Amino acid sequence: MTIKVLIEKNAYHDSVTLMSLSGKVMAKEGVIEAVVSMATEMNKELLNNIGLVTEESQSATENDLIIAVKAENEQVIEDVFTFVDEELNAKKSGKNKKGNQAVTTFNAALNALPEANLAVISVPGEYAAREARLALNKGLNVMLFSDNVSLEDEKELKEMAVEKNLLVMGPDCGTAMINNTGLCFANSVKKGGIGLVAASGTGLQEVAVQIDRMGYGVTHAIGTGGRDLSEAIGGIMMLEGLKRLEADENTKVITLISKPPAKSVQEKILHQVKESTKPVVVCFLDGDKDEVEASGARFASNLIDAAKLSIKALDQSAVFNDDTNEHVTAQINEDISKLSDSQQFIKGLFCGGTLTAEALSVLRDKVGAVKSNVAKKAEEVLSDTSLSDTHILLDMGDDEFTKGRPHPMIEPNLRNERIIKEAENPNTAVLLLDFELGYGAHIDPVGESIDTLSEAKNSAEKNGRHLSIVAYICGTAKDKQGLSEQENKLRNAGVIVAQSNAEASVIAASITDREVN
Amino acid sequence: MNTNILNEELRVINIGTSTFKTDLDLQNVESVQYDWRPPAGGNKELIEALDFLQDKEEVEKANQETIKVIKEAHPFLVDIDQAITAIPGMHDKLILHSGPPIKWSDMCGPVKGAIIGALIYEGLADDAESAEVLAGSGEIDYAPAHQYSAVGPMAGIISPSMPVHIIENRTHGNKAYCTVNEGLGKVLRFGANSPEVLERLKWIETVFAPALKQALKLTNGIDLKSITSQSLHMGDECHNRNKASTSLFYREIIDYFLQTDLNKAELREVTAFIKENEHYFLNLSMPASKSALDAAHGIKYSTIVTTMARNGVEFGIRVSGLDKDKWFTAPANFVKGMFFPGYTEEDAAPDLGDSTITETMGIGGFAMGASPAIVQFVGGEVQDATNYSAQMYEITAGENSNYSIPALNFRGGAFGIDIRKVIDTNILPVINTGMAHKKAGVGQVGAGIVHPPVACFEKAMIDFVKEYKGGN
Repeated sequence: MTIKVLIEKNAYHDSVTLMSLSGKVMAKEGVIEAVVSMATEMNKELLNNIGLVTEESQSATENDLIIAVKAENEQVIEDVFTFVDEELNAKKSGKNKKGNQAVTTFNAALNALPEANLAVISVPGEYAAREARLALNKGLNVMLFSDNVSLEDEKELKEMAVEKNLLVMGPDCGTAMINNTGLCFANSVKKGGIGLVAASGTGLQEVAVQIDRMGYGVTHAIGTGGRDLSEAIGGIMMLEGLKRLEADENTKVITLISKPPAKSVQEKILHQVKESTKPVVVCFLDGDKDEVEASGARFASNLIDAAKLSIKALDQSAVFNDDTNEHVTAQINEDISKLSDSQQFIKGLFCGGTLTAEALSVLRDKVGAVKSNVAKKAEEVLSDTSLSDTHILLDMGDDEFTKGRPHPMIEPNLRNERIIKEAENPNTAVLLLDFELGYGAHIDPVGESIDTLSEAKNSAEKNGRHLSIVAYICGTAKDKQGLSEQENKLRNAGVIVAQSNAEASVIAASITDREVN
Repeated sequence: MNTNILNEELRVINIGTSTFKTDLDLQNVESVQYDWRPPAGGNKELIEALDFLQDKEEVEKANQETIKVIKEAHPFLVDIDQAITAIPGMHDKLILHSGPPIKWSDMCGPVKGAIIGALIYEGLADDAESAEVLAGSGEIDYAPAHQYSAVGPMAGIISPSMPVHIIENRTHGNKAYCTVNEGLGKVLRFGANSPEVLERLKWIETVFAPALKQALKLTNGIDLKSITSQSLHMGDECHNRNKASTSLFYREIIDYFLQTDLNKAELREVTAFIKENEHYFLNLSMPASKSALDAAHGIKYSTIVTTMARNGVEFGIRVSGLDKDKWFTAPANFVKGMFFPGYTEEDAAPDLGDSTITETMGIGGFAMGASPAIVQFVGGEVQDATNYSAQMYEITAGENSNYSIPALNFRGGAFGIDIRKVIDTNILPVINTGMAHKKAGVGQVGAGIVHPPVACFEKAMIDFVKEYKGGN
């Protein structure tokens, strides 16, 4: 093993370039540790921590570039130094600051990044198909975040993609992970053996987050957009995703997540599942268990089960600790003891659509009549979302609430007004909430609502009631917002924090049902 | 295709919301932010037209053929003679003007002033008043110089007796014509028509032109392509900066003048005229460009612009794949830039002249990156000039390695304006230009940057699709 530290005096490079370069160096065979950075105090400390400090590096200044490498042998180090030199000088002469400069045309983008292989498109819906077509024609895969793309366009794009061996994730695809890169709204999830294909955004996020929290990881998570499994589209991308994961060496288990597909589409998908040589978990939320199992797949009726079954399929020895933590149990009991007789209902105010659907699936068996704006069954449909005289579960990310406003995952304060309103309602027993962390999401979602939550509690208190609040934060320890900080903020405000979306619903049910443990 | 994104490192083009790009940066994923705007300004009909023409093989082929012609054209200055003799179709009651077709009554001040001057110069009228009556009487025909293989700066007036440079495109055999540049100050092209202006014109006709004719007879033609190419490496862009090119031309021609039978006084007078007018070459740069672009007109399916010209009221363009009598016009814009002391925006006439033939050729505003000093004349900073040149690659079909730009690492200049790309990207051709006073005869009031109205390109696009969709 050899260590070498090189200092280049007065060679300034921006941190984005250097971070990416360090990553590339680390990925090289034979490299054990590597830091390519400007010699700031923080970076020097980092060098110290990983044992790459030298006298020279100690005396370097912020204008000096440090290239520190620990590697298996001398040759590797020499190669790294050559590589770094080439990378940085190529940037300086050829690109001339262009690397990070925004461009205004597609061609300029291609010139700036000639080997681009994915276009993430978030332009207004009426233009989105056009940009996607352009991208496909240039040989790029597409993630289509935009919504309001016609079914005809969606079908055409997806057929075009399959022909070109490319992916079209979307339209209306909020999340995906390719090679552990989170796209749009995605969590920082461990690398692992489970591959996901999902037609629902927060559904995908929750399954991936739960897999991560249980200590396992994900290879890829391919989003298809919500309409992929409709009769009109025919599941083109889910079938393609399934095929890709089947061929992907690192993927050991394949998990599909969606609302129940159209009948004919389900047949096509289950037919392909049957052919699969890998274990497949199918989570069709509230779907038909028998039909799925007939294809040889494992059936999950909700997201948390999808995560668990996927892990089990990967590692039979996995054990799950489902016990509610003692502290939480105590808090549940305390909340129950303080409830007034008038407080009968759960008021779920969600940012995530599929999280709402999962809550509905969990709660209908536990508390009876629940209404929701995401419900499919006629008796459960909440057509007037202003009503609040039963258990209600509101997807606040629905078009009705987001017209002309950012989605609550971006601006969580969209929900605050309704929180106060439900707190003032004497029939409210429990406020059930979700928060989403990760890329794309607000940088401090809990912070945006924390004052409102205290205010809600106080307002109930003033009227002689105790308001119970149960929340779940869909995020991993590595998410940029800081999961534990976010959770602690909630706990300090007297909010019960659940470990999964399903658990939050279960807790809410036991409080309204006054099930003391 | 064997590529599979699941096995590749991601390299992302982020189209739209830049937050996604920020998070990609956070993950050290290579990506580029594309600050997207609706194509064609969001106009549905245009977007459809665009989609019809985009990636159409016939169009791509035609455009490549078009720029090949433009690039290969090789203009030489071969002769000088009076318009009535040199220009096919010229007659003694015809006056050519710059820009798209326009009636006498609609013309702008400087153009009217120049026409009045030309009528007196031709002896068709005795004074301004009678000239004005004659001009509007219907006895005089007017036509765009462009339709007679000619071009003229500013008012661009060519009357029958005026001597014109004769440029021969030896690659394609066609000719182009342009008058002799009169210099700065009170000049006909800005609408001045006082006796001193007309005297100078007469001198050009009777003394200068015959002298130059003699000199040119001794040459094998003066290679204008070579001069243009060299002067781009010497700080000219050959529209508003012609110092280097005029000097190179002077160097080429001087020895031939010395071989003529002119006496010393005549010789000194004639050569001083070139030496003292640093825009002399403009009236060679323009017809040189014209000869290349005329050769490139009429290529079926070509969406390349072969003319951009203004008459002080309207801006007009013509497109290779459409009829040569078809002008697509819209009201000309006002130039934004720097004013000479004592003048303001109030004084300026709208954009005027055929000199935009240089930009159509890929020099002038398109080659500003080669001409850092030009910003002292048109305003802005040196970096702006380079940026303009770099941006033009977005709307052109090719790069002209004959006309390369040192500041862009000798990259061939952007040329061959494609109407599809203009519409798609919302990027308009950049023009640097002088500004005329709106009143006849005052002269130049400043210089700056201007763009064609987008409507010219929109109309051309719609017409193009009509033309080719039907015949398909």
